[in-house]
Amino acid sequence: MSIRHSLLALLQEGPRYGYQLRGEFEERTGSTWPLNIGQVYTTLDRLERDGLVEKEGDDGEGHVVYTITDAGRTEVTDWFAQPVAATNPPRNELAIKLALALTLDGVDVAAVVQAQRTASMRQLQDYTRQRRAAATSADAAPAAQGGPKANDAAWLLVLDSLIFTAEAEVRWLDHCEGWMAQRAVRAGKQRTAVAERQAAEHPAAAAAGTRAVSK
Amino acid sequence: MSSEVLQLDGVSRTYGAGATAVAALRNVNLTIHAGEFVAVMGPSGSGKSSLLTLAGGLDRATGGEVFVEGTPLGGLSINELARLRRRAVGYVFQDFNLVPTLTAAENVALPRELDGIPARKARRQANDALRLVGIEDLADRFMDQMSGGQQQRVAIARAIVGNRRLILADEPTGALDSATGDGILEVLRGRTEAGAAVVLVTHEARHAGWADRVVFLKDGRIVDEAASQHDPSVLLTGRAH
Repeated sequence: MSIRHSLLALLQEGPRYGYQLRGEFEERTGSTWPLNIGQVYTTLDRLERDGLVEKEGDDGEGHVVYTITDAGRTEVTDWFAQPVAATNPPRNELAIKLALALTLDGVDVAAVVQAQRTASMRQLQDYTRQRRAAATSADAAPAAQGGPKANDAAWLLVLDSLIFTAEAEVRWLDHCEGWMAQRAVRAGKQRTAVAERQAAEHPAAAAAGTRAVSK
Repeated sequence: MSSEVLQLDGVSRTYGAGATAVAALRNVNLTIHAGEFVAVMGPSGSGKSSLLTLAGGLDRATGGEVFVEGTPLGGLSINELARLRRRAVGYVFQDFNLVPTLTAAENVALPRELDGIPARKARRQANDALRLVGIEDLADRFMDQMSGGQQQRVAIARAIVGNRRLILADEPTGALDSATGDGILEVLRGRTEAGAAVVLVTHEARHAGWADRVVFLKDGRIVDEAASQHDPSVLLTGRAH
């Protein structure tokens, strides 16, 4: 997540101090990715070092107010114009866990899949419930107060993103389960075919083998 | 009246017999109360549709018992079963199953008229049901004059007409785009808040997300269940209002 660009984008609306920036960021994203204030000030220091913001002075109550520079505005324009780079897949603990479960002996992969699916489904239910409540409250915003706010819409959009991500996870787990089931059937058929071929080529040995097993 | 609208008590359904017997459902226990929205998920062949047809009295269990509003279905004659279905159970299908030569209101009134309700009263109930799904102004439209989403609302109105409290929906959003599908789920959700029990069979996780409980079926057995947190204070993202 680019805190740097998010703060810079918010400064386009006018000069702000650190706590204001944190509040506005969280308001628009539903506190989904909470920022600590230390992070905000560290980022502002770096932005100042890079010439993208300037200290405008004090607001009279001891808050240092920052303002965006022309270079900062160009940086924001470029940020919105560029797609988010996804060259390195983010580390996905679930994918790593399943990959290891599949390759190690003694792990019940189906149980891992089901436990995760139930948890992901519960998360999806909770996000859907919140989405519905948020949409209802946005619709209920009185027209006299300007109707639904842009920040409400932003929050709905973030919730939709969480919903679709959780959905993708459940679908992927469904896919994994189906694929493992097919693989198990194929492996079973291959074992049967090998046994039949051996029996055809070496009937005595196969019979001896059967006797050996049955002992 | 009991709040248990649907109860499956050790229900099994086996097709065929002997070596070729196929068990579609094995010893399924499931209770659904008034006001509850339950989604059923599972891979193809897991028994989802069998569960729905047994719950709706369209098929009979080979083991255990199905109760609809407290009535055990096993002991009912074919006629009694049909009467109970018309009184208590509404079906919603992926392809709507509406009669194209009837208007929306006529489609919704049809099951009531078949039940012997006088035409005017049936029509009044149909209009009530259409209002509940938000399309009372489309009552005189024919099916080819309505969008897919509107037709599915007609189908839901037909499922709830006459205050039937058990709605069984089989992939009802399958033929609709994502936003229209959400509108249908909103209507079903609204019916549960009015006291109906809804069972939704779906393979779409995002649609199952609308449910209070999600039941996972595999090989004819319930293997797990996800229940939503009802307490909003424990939800995952703590947006300050």
